[in-house]
Amino acid sequence: MTSIALPAEHQPVWRRLLGFNLLTGIILAIVGGLIGYWIGGLIHAPSLDYYSSEAGQNDISVLLGYLFGVFGFLIGLGFANYPIRRMLGHPPSLAEHESEGEGLGRYFRLCTDHKVVALQYLVGIGVFFFIAGVNAMLIRTELLQPNVHVFGANQYLTLVGMHGAMMMGIMTSGILGPFANWAVPLMIGTRRMAYPRIESFTFWLLMAAGVVLITTIFFGGFQTGWTGYQPLGDQGTAGYDAYIGFFALVGVSMCLLGFNLLATIITMRAPGMTWTRLPIFVWSVFATSILMMLAAPMLIAALLMGAFDRTVQTAFYVASNGGSSYLFQNLFWVFGHPEVYVVALPGFGIVLELFPVFARKPLWGYRLAVAGLLGVTLLSFFVWQHHLFVSGINADLRPFYMLSTEIISLPTGFIFICAMGTLWRGRIRFTVPMLFCLAWAFNFLWGGISGVFLSDVPSDVTTHGSFFVMAHFHYTIMGGLVFTFFAAIYYWGPKMTGYKFNETLAKVHFWSMFIAFNATFAPLFALGFLGMPRRVVTYPSNLQGLNDWVSVSAFVLGISMLVFLYNVVWSQLIRRERAEANPWHSKSAEFQLPTPVPVYDFERIPVFDDDPYPYGVEPTGEPALAGGGA
Amino acid sequence: MSEVNHWRRVVLWWLLASAVMTPIVVFVLGPGLPPGNGTVESSGQVVDNTVLLAVSTPVALAVIVYFVYAIVAFREPKPETVVDGPPIRGHAQIQMWWLIVTTGIVLFLAGYGTVRLLADGSGGGQGPNPIAAPAGASHALQVQVIAQQWKFTYRWPGYGGVETPTLELPTNETVQFNVTSLDVIHSFWAYQLGVKADANPGINNIAYVTTKGPLTFNVRCAELCGVWHGYMFDTGRVVPKSEWARWIVRQRILYAPATKLLAPYAKQYFPMPTRRGG
Repeated sequence: MTSIALPAEHQPVWRRLLGFNLLTGIILAIVGGLIGYWIGGLIHAPSLDYYSSEAGQNDISVLLGYLFGVFGFLIGLGFANYPIRRMLGHPPSLAEHESEGEGLGRYFRLCTDHKVVALQYLVGIGVFFFIAGVNAMLIRTELLQPNVHVFGANQYLTLVGMHGAMMMGIMTSGILGPFANWAVPLMIGTRRMAYPRIESFTFWLLMAAGVVLITTIFFGGFQTGWTGYQPLGDQGTAGYDAYIGFFALVGVSMCLLGFNLLATIITMRAPGMTWTRLPIFVWSVFATSILMMLAAPMLIAALLMGAFDRTVQTAFYVASNGGSSYLFQNLFWVFGHPEVYVVALPGFGIVLELFPVFARKPLWGYRLAVAGLLGVTLLSFFVWQHHLFVSGINADLRPFYMLSTEIISLPTGFIFICAMGTLWRGRIRFTVPMLFCLAWAFNFLWGGISGVFLSDVPSDVTTHGSFFVMAHFHYTIMGGLVFTFFAAIYYWGPKMTGYKFNETLAKVHFWSMFIAFNATFAPLFALGFLGMPRRVVTYPSNLQGLNDWVSVSAFVLGISMLVFLYNVVWSQLIRRERAEANPWHSKSAEFQLPTPVPVYDFERIPVFDDDPYPYGVEPTGEPALAGGGA
Repeated sequence: MSEVNHWRRVVLWWLLASAVMTPIVVFVLGPGLPPGNGTVESSGQVVDNTVLLAVSTPVALAVIVYFVYAIVAFREPKPETVVDGPPIRGHAQIQMWWLIVTTGIVLFLAGYGTVRLLADGSGGGQGPNPIAAPAGASHALQVQVIAQQWKFTYRWPGYGGVETPTLELPTNETVQFNVTSLDVIHSFWAYQLGVKADANPGINNIAYVTTKGPLTFNVRCAELCGVWHGYMFDTGRVVPKSEWARWIVRQRILYAPATKLLAPYAKQYFPMPTRRGG
């Protein structure tokens, strides 16, 4: 516990910059990176220079540079302080930098307040979401013409890989990072997460990972896409080391994030918050966390083996030396398919959480919805080889994977029937978050229907690896995750920051995004059917018309994001207007607290005595929890 | 307005929409579905895609009609006041029927897909030990597809092991593609043939196709394989048998000097990874 004699605001600026914070972290990251690079150079003896690249790059140096750089970053942020203090015999501290007096400085260091970490996540993820979005714009710029005209083939593939890896790596935590960290403790009635330091650790590790990925451009990029298939990765320049470093760090961050949320939900629930009274969003976080915790280690293992192949000349994935290219595909998709449900499930949770609020009805079929979430969680570990239907691996298991993949649409169907039932005879209010949730239903429907074609082996022979797949997963991931991400921003955002969003701009954002999204991705189904493979920089000239339409729509989609950005800057930074405590008349626990939520959340730990959706039961307007107490 | 009324309207709208849309989808979109009717396998995939589309359409329409109806009929008439709806928490029978119907659809789709797959392999890569093959597979024309960065070549074990840079196939013939790779993972996608099979180093991935009439087809690599992945394509032809017989003889003569230098024909090759590409 740090006890500062003088409140932070009264200190001169230079004094406030000293200490364990982001600035120190960046400096130590550079120092650590250079040390690691230097040590790697010592290890890389000539005898190991078996087929070191023509570019004169040393993979051991680069990987050790990343490793030491990340260590330096975390030490600079203050993550080593607590273990060292404990080893030196100091008493344990429960909180770091949680007091109000520290102001904005809290956001630039290790802080154990779950609301601060949530906002850190929101902004940090937003930055990478924006960068990845710009990558997508550049990809579509290149595809305006059938032949290479703006970027070279290598730059194009690096853009594709960075867009995919950043979206699948960092946006994976897009809902759990900001919104689960913020809302789960408030919803289940606890003042903190089970492991507050780990909570902060997952955030800063994710940011370090994002920077590592961006450094790939200094080492020649990587040509493998976000899937990073081996042995193609083994050929790559040191840019692929950045991919390995990035995804391994993301894997650690994801695993710990899921672990922390699981521990919190299992052990930290307030009195009366029984499993059947958990808000459905918390259930979706619970299910997602199981997936994150179990799937991410597979990714880390697969990438470590890749790193060994590249540095110390093992041959896990090199067929000539007894390895197998199937091994990477298997390990990657054992992670990768749960991963796409990691992306989808929080969206389910947000839709089912928000429909009751804006239809003014209890959640329809609560137990069925929970069964749906847990069913998807369980089944998602048994479908991964549908990514490998034509790869030649386990051909006789294809009927099984076809069946398991199609069966996963049953629990997904539960989510749909629960969402539909909640609207039944409701009193629907078309607020901006509700619009985004309704758009989810539309988008995810197409994602699901197209999934039927991909899960059916004979049909998949044509659609596999084509733009059809791309359309499918953008409908499920962008239509599923990103739309609910924005629903959550508009729903919880004012409560988190304390300031309202401009509603007109928000509606402009929604409609432009919804229309442009569908205009962009629906034609991709046709392009895939017409035979355009993924990740190609060239395509037949007869497909140019469709591709240009898609590109222009994508630019409009990009502009709709700028509308959002403008709204954020305008209404959260320039013309700030205090948000009400409960603008949606929600009966959820977090909206019964004052805005902004006090540092210690609750004056007294609440006691829950009802299900989370008492709409139509109690008189309207009377909160389920009065004044945050029991 | 009573609940029964809402139900009846939703169902009627859905029936109407399905009755209009399903035939349109099946008979207008259906014939245009990929990958065309060039081969037995590709025709099979068109049928398969049509069936999936026919099953999907009413399902999708059920959800869309319901949502549109709900948005119109259940909207808050006076948004300035906050009034709660009825506290309906579920309906056991509806949940049960939803489960039964969706399970039925899913099992039908999986069963149908399995039957179609096991009939002839549907042109997909099946690894070294195929589980499904078309009727003429036992005396199929053998073609080895060798993928490497960034080119497909074709080797003909029945014709002196000659390796050709282009692919020509005879009409009305069962062909067995033995797909393998010399470096990284590629995917042999002959779009109009309805064939897709990944090329893995050290693996023989078998796919079958039964040609029909003359045809020109595109071959593209469908698995990201490095910088020039986007340029890894060529065009092949299905030609009448007599013409094909002349073609293969010409190829044997033309590439005879090269054939002598090739490694002996094998199911797969293990070149040493001595150089990095990328």
